Amino acid sequence: MVRKSPPITEAWRGITFTRRTLLVGGGQMVVGAALAARMGYISIIDNDRYVLESESNRVNLTLVPPRRGWIVDRNGKALANNRVSLRIDLIPDRLHSKELVLGQLKTLLRLDGDTMERIERDLKAASGFQPVAVAEDVSEGDYASVLVRLPDLSGVAPQRGFARNYPTGAAVGHLIGYVGAPTAEEYKAVKDPLYITPGFKTGKDGLEKYFQPMLRGEPGAKRVEVTARGKVVRELGVKPDEQGKTVHLTIDADLQEYVARRMGRESGAAVVIDCHNGDILSFVSMPSFDPNSFSDGISNSEYSWLRADDHQPLINKATRGLYPPGSTLKPMAAIAAVEHGVDPSERHTCVGGYRLGSRFFRCLGTHGSLDMPSAIMKSCNSYFYWLAHRLGYDAMAPTAKLLGLGEEFQLAGSNQRFGTIPDSAWKMKKYDQAWSASDSLNAVIGQGYVSVNPLQLAVMASRIASGRRLYPRLINREFKNEALPFSAEALGAARHGMDLVVNGPGGTAGRSRLPLDGITMAGKTGTAQVRGLGTGNGKSGTWKFRDHGLFIGFAPVVNPRYATAVVIEHGMGGSRAAAPVAKDFMTFLFDREKAMAALEEFEAGWGGTIKERMDRDYAAWKAGASMGPAPGTQP
Amino acid sequence: MEGWRIHGAGPGNAAVIPVPPAIQRFPWKLIALLTAITGFGVLVLYSAAGGSFTPWAMQQSVRFGVFLTLALVIGRLPLRLFEEFAYLGYIAVAVLLVAVELLGFVGGGSQRWLNLGFMNLQPSELMKVAIVLALARFYAQLPPGETRGWTALWPALVIIGIPAALVMLQPDLGTALAICASGVIVMFVSGLPFWWFGSTAAAGLAALPVLFSFLHDYQQKRVLIFLDPESDPLGAGYHISQSKIAIGSGGIGGKGFLNGSQSHLDYLPEGHTDFIFATMAEEWGLIGGLALLLGFFLLLRWSTRVALKARTRFGQLVATGLTMTIFFYIAINLMMVMGLAPVVGIPLPLFSYGGSSMLTIMTCVGIILAIENDSKTGTRRFH
Repeated sequence: MVRKSPPITEAWRGITFTRRTLLVGGGQMVVGAALAARMGYISIIDNDRYVLESESNRVNLTLVPPRRGWIVDRNGKALANNRVSLRIDLIPDRLHSKELVLGQLKTLLRLDGDTMERIERDLKAASGFQPVAVAEDVSEGDYASVLVRLPDLSGVAPQRGFARNYPTGAAVGHLIGYVGAPTAEEYKAVKDPLYITPGFKTGKDGLEKYFQPMLRGEPGAKRVEVTARGKVVRELGVKPDEQGKTVHLTIDADLQEYVARRMGRESGAAVVIDCHNGDILSFVSMPSFDPNSFSDGISNSEYSWLRADDHQPLINKATRGLYPPGSTLKPMAAIAAVEHGVDPSERHTCVGGYRLGSRFFRCLGTHGSLDMPSAIMKSCNSYFYWLAHRLGYDAMAPTAKLLGLGEEFQLAGSNQRFGTIPDSAWKMKKYDQAWSASDSLNAVIGQGYVSVNPLQLAVMASRIASGRRLYPRLINREFKNEALPFSAEALGAARHGMDLVVNGPGGTAGRSRLPLDGITMAGKTGTAQVRGLGTGNGKSGTWKFRDHGLFIGFAPVVNPRYATAVVIEHGMGGSRAAAPVAKDFMTFLFDREKAMAALEEFEAGWGGTIKERMDRDYAAWKAGASMGPAPGTQP
Repeated sequence: MEGWRIHGAGPGNAAVIPVPPAIQRFPWKLIALLTAITGFGVLVLYSAAGGSFTPWAMQQSVRFGVFLTLALVIGRLPLRLFEEFAYLGYIAVAVLLVAVELLGFVGGGSQRWLNLGFMNLQPSELMKVAIVLALARFYAQLPPGETRGWTALWPALVIIGIPAALVMLQPDLGTALAICASGVIVMFVSGLPFWWFGSTAAAGLAALPVLFSFLHDYQQKRVLIFLDPESDPLGAGYHISQSKIAIGSGGIGGKGFLNGSQSHLDYLPEGHTDFIFATMAEEWGLIGGLALLLGFFLLLRWSTRVALKARTRFGQLVATGLTMTIFFYIAINLMMVMGLAPVVGIPLPLFSYGGSSMLTIMTCVGIILAIENDSKTGTRRFH
């Protein structure tokens, strides 16, 4: 046998073995050296970076949303404060098995599909340790059930925080506004990480929005050592938050709540102003929304319910509602007339109307011979038609403006529609038409082009009562409140007429005298037609087409302290709907017990307090909405 | 030479301290080395449990005592015994592997162990030893003239292929690779032509994409994530990045005993088993890491020396193969925790908590010890 290669012997094999074993051993040493080098590289060259990463693992820095400043009334009573709220957040960086954890949370907290979708969306947008809210305001029970399962729920962070609380609920809805989580746009504008910290809320409406910079406060920070599962091992340091400043309002919280409750099931607004300084004591628009619901993140169905209500609970009627003021403008017209030389004792005979050319303007009665105060008492249209025809409305409009009508006030947090006090120049500009005598006649009884909001009516009442140009205010701002350029005779005639309206023989608000000894109220009722004059009688039929009921007033008659305006939408008449409301809350200002007794009687008839009624209405609406759009088909 | 030193040292020292020969025959240096490595591991386990002997440190110590005794007993057995039972043992373990596979099939799912009552036995661990013995037996019997022939190759490939395939089925990529690595090293040192290995390595590299497609989904994912750990920082990449953070943040001197935040706050997964090196490095730093590497170096140097001085060809091949088995554990584990290899569940010998791997390593040590003892008893003999 011929071999090309040398024969393989045991000796050769032995040498080969030794050589190759040394080769393998050498290879192993090279690998070992490489591993040592690698370890040296990681722990020396990259040490800084990994120390940092290890620290960022270990230490979790979280912003603590500042407690929002309180909003308190004139006596320091809270209109908006904070309550402890339990919340569940997710830390995206620690969420290792997302599906599992979300599934567990869904069951434990009974989250609905919308919420789950929202959480998924937020998780996608969030990064790192920026927490994502799962549920706010969870119950103690649910909180505890998450807490005990925390070891299995990595990434879940239960937190104890604060939520906005409005003790009187819907009574302050329009006044205070509400808070809510900042929107993505707000965050983009400021780039403040606080804005994406769960639990942080900004003012969204009303005073909450207006005073946001004051109420916000400074966030705290918490450094905690946490395990990979998000369990806090210990606190490393805490910088306490700085609570926002307290905002003091001129509002009287008790009165505010009383007025809101006294409005009952009606739709309307009521404003009470202090005749000494223009302080707004009560600023009510009803029905309202519960700002607590908004601040917790209102549900879609509750919002739909509020939107669907024809009483418009989402609109602040005290400043955004414009109404023809009706006869409540007659005291103003009286002042204007006296200022233009009319003698208050001059008499005019009412024959059931006033003839202007070929047209006959009706009065609601046939009042006979009247002087100025008794014309106000009886609310005689004929008398004021006669004045308006004689003086023209251009003589009256400046007085109306001096009394605050048509004016937009610098008022914290309010968004006003200020309406119209017409005159010839206004009409020429707007319609390119000359002012006519019939325009004057319509305007003097608060119809036609005239429109005002309830706040303006209340300011007018306070200015007539005080004789000073009171400027309404919600916070302690200084205004001059100088005397009005009206003669004592003019103001006296108007005030005397208003006194008679309530306390005179056969006054239109005679049934609304205050049930108090020695304290009387002066006022003026108004009934404003919703439809044009002469179409329908406005006293019955569809709610939407009924007349508005209005009332302005002040009390006591001597040395007035409080002025007010009440508007009851479609209340069918000032004396019937508005004056009784004013009577009760004016009583409240002097004798709380008596007023409360009256209110409780009313509420028993209406079916409970505001909250009870709202809850019931909402439940009924939800039941109805879920039944589908086929009402009234059942036998 | 070793034999001469030991026999010569006995009478020389007897004058000073009378030590009985049986005690002198004990491999004291080796025992000290093994105890040092394991003891260090026990310290780390104590820390990983938050400063407690339970649940790991105590059990690991007891286990070490038992397995060390076992290794010393194996070391006293005549080497001939291993040679005679090499094939039988290999076949028995292969049967166990099939049994596990069937049990898994019946139980509905993958199963890797048999419950023996007092411990869970992983036949794939035994196979790491059995494959080396069987291959060594084969090459020891092969006539030298056949070394470059076909008959030197195919039986070896069958011997490696069957268990490797069975283990891959479990699926356990790490162990399959370990079996192959030890087997191929035995083939290599037995003198097969060099170019066979060179061309196979080249072909293997070329075929990597194809092999990759044979892997299970989760295995493929691990490999991909290894190549780009940032792609999945919360999933499988999390292990590697957290491990690197632990090692890197330890720096040169470490954060100090019981002060590792990565392991104590649970950021490091498997901090007491596969990733125990990272737990150690965080608290002991580079110094601890190098000390451990030195320990492993001494162990492997000892076993390689035993291989070089072995009296029989069987002994030579077995010692080299088992050295490779131990080395493979160490190298793959360390590469994994330092982000140089994909996450394949391979523990660090003597250091990681766990019975199976310690049993395997101590069996290896016992057999190598038997080879060492064999080489002290007679003249070199090849057949």
